[in-house]
Amino acid sequence: MFPRFVQPKTSQVGSLFVSDFLRSYLTVGIFGLVGVALVGAFLGLGRLLRPNNPTAAKTEVYESGVDPVGDRWSQANIRYYIFALLFVMFDVEAVFIFPWAARLEVYEVFGLIEMAIFIFILLLGLLYAWRKGVLKWV
Amino acid sequence: MMSASLLLAELSYWQQTSIRVGAGLAAVLLVAGTLVYLHLFKLVSFMQSRLGPMEAGPFGSLQLLAEVGKFLQKEDIFPRKADRFVFAAAPFVVLMSTFLLVVVVPGGPDAWFVDSELGIYLAMAVSSVSVIGILMAGWGSASKYSLLGGLRATGQLIAYELPLILAVLGVVIQAETMNMQGIVMAQAEGEIFGFGGIGNPYLLTQFVAFGVFLIAMQAELTQTPFDMPIAESELVTGYMTEYSGMRFLLFFIGEFATAGVFSAIAAVLFLGGWYIPGIDPADNLMNILGPLVMVGKIVVLTFLIFWFRFTFPRFREDQLQRLAWKFLIPIALTNIVVTGILKVAF
Repeated sequence: MFPRFVQPKTSQVGSLFVSDFLRSYLTVGIFGLVGVALVGAFLGLGRLLRPNNPTAAKTEVYESGVDPVGDRWSQANIRYYIFALLFVMFDVEAVFIFPWAARLEVYEVFGLIEMAIFIFILLLGLLYAWRKGVLKWV
Repeated sequence: MMSASLLLAELSYWQQTSIRVGAGLAAVLLVAGTLVYLHLFKLVSFMQSRLGPMEAGPFGSLQLLAEVGKFLQKEDIFPRKADRFVFAAAPFVVLMSTFLLVVVVPGGPDAWFVDSELGIYLAMAVSSVSVIGILMAGWGSASKYSLLGGLRATGQLIAYELPLILAVLGVVIQAETMNMQGIVMAQAEGEIFGFGGIGNPYLLTQFVAFGVFLIAMQAELTQTPFDMPIAESELVTGYMTEYSGMRFLLFFIGEFATAGVFSAIAAVLFLGGWYIPGIDPADNLMNILGPLVMVGKIVVLTFLIFWFRFTFPRFREDQLQRLAWKFLIPIALTNIVVTGILKVAF
């Protein structure tokens, strides 16, 4: 009923299809630029209206009302880095699961078992991190 | 009446895109403004037994415009030691992320911004751009509170991005497509045990994924049970501490616009998108009704977000990470496997 929503077959990959494909990403890019332009417009409008009178006290960073102490970029907890590493592992996996999920009907039981093994290995990884105490925030 | 699809088809790419950009601006800004007024100004006031803004416009409905006017006149202060370029660029990145996200949301059979086959996958990919903006804000401010807030926000956003993506996969398996229009049509044409009267909104079959998605969405938006990054009692306002005037308001606009866009994506995935029972989804009428239906569903979903926001106390950082890694991710992975088995079995 909606021919334009039908998934393109591989045989349909001609110049027309590819050009539509690239054009849709051009639109995505334009939307990103519109977001940037909107911020620019707001700030530009503000520039016409707002005062500009920086003093030493104003440009000091806020530290609960007392003079800031020590280095401006303090050291951070290593935990954040470890969680970032864990995230990369799982995020890459999502790249593999998405195409499988959209085409599960085609691969049937074979695809299901394949993905079950994949997800099982991933869960083992999570379990390993869990046992190692990486998931504990201290 | 000439059908909208014919009308659009006659226009060149640039004309079509201009219309879409205009509609996109309205979809982001009007929805964000409505949400701020309805939920942040009025809903919270009624929950706390007060009236909220009443002076600007009827029932205070123009309060937000007054606020924007006020913020436009505020001085733009850069901290002396700040990394000026990174500090100034952060709000641009955050708002850009919102506009990249809105492109996948469909509003009717022909009323879409980008009809990409990758749809929801694209949305999940660009939603992580805002993390970069927040980290930039935290780092560029050169303030201890900002840096801590930025790091907390990054740790939280990446932890909850995984359950969000994994919850979406259940829907993709059921709909057999990543295209947002395809997901809407799959729900509109679906049947519940042979009864096709209301289609098959995936809320009914993917309720586990819906729950995981809502919780992860709350965390992605850093709304209150998950507001460690901007915990006002410890970090002032986290990564936004050093921002003033219009730049601060832009972060605020970005937050609510993203809440609206995420709710729209949730509405498409779980509540049937722009489809309402009783009207043929191919009808041209849906191009006009569809966006209104979407706004209705967005308001319902954001009501849930703000209801949680004003009800629950804040999670601690360790509780927050535990919920994501030890509960939501295993639940979402199990949901994928179960959905896959049921999909192949039936």
